[in-house]
Amino acid sequence: MNSVDISVSDVGPFAQRLAAAGGVRSLAANAFAEVGLPGTKDEAFHYTSLRSLNRLKFIADSVVPSDAELESLIDNALPSDGSLASATRIVFVNGIFSEKFSTVSGLSAVSFTHGTQEEQHSVADNDLPLVLLNRALGCSTAELEVPEGTDAGTIVILSLNFGNATEGDEAPSFHPHLHVRVGKGASVTLAEMIIGKGVYLNNPVSVINVAKEASVTHTKLQRESADAFHLATVSPVIAERGTYNSFTLGFGAQLSRHEVHAYLEGAGSAVHINGAQLLVDRQVGDITSVITHAAPNCISRQTVRNVLADRARGVFQGKVFVERIAQKTDGYQMNQALLLSETAEMNAKPELEIYADDVKCSHGATVGALDDDQLFYLCSRGIPDAEARRILVEAFLIEAVGLVEVDDVRAALEGALSAALVERIGATTMGDGSLS
Amino acid sequence: MSNFLKISGLHAKIEADGGDKEILRGVDLEIPAGELHVIMGPNGCGKSTLAYTLAGREDYEVTAGSVSFKGQDLLAMEPDERAAAGVFLAFQSPVELPGVNNANFLRTAVNSVRRARGEAEMDAVQFLKTVRAATKSLSMQDEMLKRNVNVGFSGGEKKRNEVLQMTLLQPSLAILDETDSGLDVDALRIVADGVNKLRAPDFSALVITHHQRLLDYLSPDRIHVMAKGRIIRSGGPELARQIDQDGYATFLADAA
Ligand SMILES: Nc1ncnc2c1ncn2[C@@H]1O[C@H](COP(=O)(O)OP(=O)(O)O)[C@@H](O)[C@H]1O
Ligand SMILES: [Mg+2]
Repeated sequence: MNSVDISVSDVGPFAQRLAAAGGVRSLAANAFAEVGLPGTKDEAFHYTSLRSLNRLKFIADSVVPSDAELESLIDNALPSDGSLASATRIVFVNGIFSEKFSTVSGLSAVSFTHGTQEEQHSVADNDLPLVLLNRALGCSTAELEVPEGTDAGTIVILSLNFGNATEGDEAPSFHPHLHVRVGKGASVTLAEMIIGKGVYLNNPVSVINVAKEASVTHTKLQRESADAFHLATVSPVIAERGTYNSFTLGFGAQLSRHEVHAYLEGAGSAVHINGAQLLVDRQVGDITSVITHAAPNCISRQTVRNVLADRARGVFQGKVFVERIAQKTDGYQMNQALLLSETAEMNAKPELEIYADDVKCSHGATVGALDDDQLFYLCSRGIPDAEARRILVEAFLIEAVGLVEVDDVRAALEGALSAALVERIGATTMGDGSLS
Repeated sequence: MSNFLKISGLHAKIEADGGDKEILRGVDLEIPAGELHVIMGPNGCGKSTLAYTLAGREDYEVTAGSVSFKGQDLLAMEPDERAAAGVFLAFQSPVELPGVNNANFLRTAVNSVRRARGEAEMDAVQFLKTVRAATKSLSMQDEMLKRNVNVGFSGGEKKRNEVLQMTLLQPSLAILDETDSGLDVDALRIVADGVNKLRAPDFSALVITHHQRLLDYLSPDRIHVMAKGRIIRSGGPELARQIDQDGYATFLADAA
């Protein structure tokens, strides 16, 4: 095994952890040490500075609450109507798979393994720095395999993260790894939910292999602690006529980045990288994607909505890369932002790089404030101004959440959105005049 | 009760193209309790501006004059407070609210107004009963409640949705801004029925229209002709019939 030979100054906040990353991890640790954290000179991080990580020293030790406390936190993290309570659950606590709180025994058709896989620590030329960091420091891998032709239903993937108090300069970092292989013609819904407390870095990496004609819905509800850092990388690879339909809904973290690298490998495959975020105070939320069309007749769709209050800043970077072979590509990308204050900001950078000649690609972006006509209409019906604003913000985001096609998962996201709005934008939630 | 609604010397302007544009230039109008008054006047004379100003739209800046409503200074109130006090405006062009469910919107509005009026809020069951009765009387499909507010509604459906809101919010002053425009005869009748059901000694209405047709169903008490931001003529129902036949030309000539 290689020994770790790392110059401490190069790796700043991770020096201590990397120095301890020997054995199978040393290759990744060295590779990360070589590139370091991306800076704003890196084009991919032009709008999102990771500088604030440098204030901290990341450590492996972390606080884990009592089982009773964890249990109640898990209950609270799930939708209050109990809709997902019986779904199979994979739980990570501080980035480590928790057998105790998971219900993988309920997985009949699906095979599940966990532990440290050798493969998790491998290194390839084009690995992203944050993926290398995950491989160097990660110590828990969950592998899910949905066999050919199986409908695995909904699997909840719950992460509970516990950091340190804000005063200190040490904080734990978590590097969970999830690998999902969905067999030919199989289907599954992955409903990720993340909650947290205190200061920490969560650096999850997910790889999703979607086989021929398989269909995956993958949602993420990101409610990290307001003091946390969330730097996630998701890499779906989709074979012929397969579908990967994803949605991320973000509220948490002082700095978050949801980075998707989707690879449309087989002809006729489709990918949806949708999302929404609601940011307040000085939160920065970055939704970045690189979608590669590497086969003909593929579809990519991206609809992202941002609501930014106070001094919050949203970042959207979406690159659609169409290879020469990828004729009849159908790509669509739309980023929309609602700014609730003069000091909120949206940085949007859509990018198309097309080498095929018979493609249909469009992208657009809008930035605006709440509509005065709509506000007045609501107020003229007796609805106070603050509540009218909240209703319009909710409407803007709920339309995006509507892209999630799995009913109970969409309902869970809608519920979380309403709760977050009451907490963040104020006023009571709108009356349920539903007709059912 | 003669000062149910009293508009005196009302001037209002809007900022447009970098300059001020005066639209209302001294409107005087009184509507006693229980009466239905009509405003007619050529396009662009300021009818909608008057309606918006009464409902509290901020874009229109009142530069002079006053409006008292049931003894209160209407112009000092926020739009939602005016709604709670009993003012309802049926918009000439109802606004679409994508992502806002119509039933939720209606219930939120009803309960906001009830709360402000010191009445008990309606729970989902009560509300459903009330709204179903209202849609039925307006010959509306319940399906319209499940859609987003006014999104994808036809012109007629939007106008009916306005009348539905009026019915549910129980105003004491209803301002209908060309609610009859673009409606077929059946729809027109339904709108008129909606207004007539509210008629009571403590309910007044201000109906803006171009057509005698609607007035046939409403039996108005008084007709006002507006031109260039002022009421230039007031009279009985015969005034509307005269306008229907001869147009506004003679009045405008008189006023000039
Ligand atoms: N928001 C606005 N911006 C600019 N001009 C306006 C605005 N609202 C009304 N106006 C102008 O004021 C005048 C009166 O308009 P309006 O009150 O809508 O008339 P009416 O309803 O009688 O047809 C018109 O010349 C119109 O163009
Ligand atoms: Mg008008």
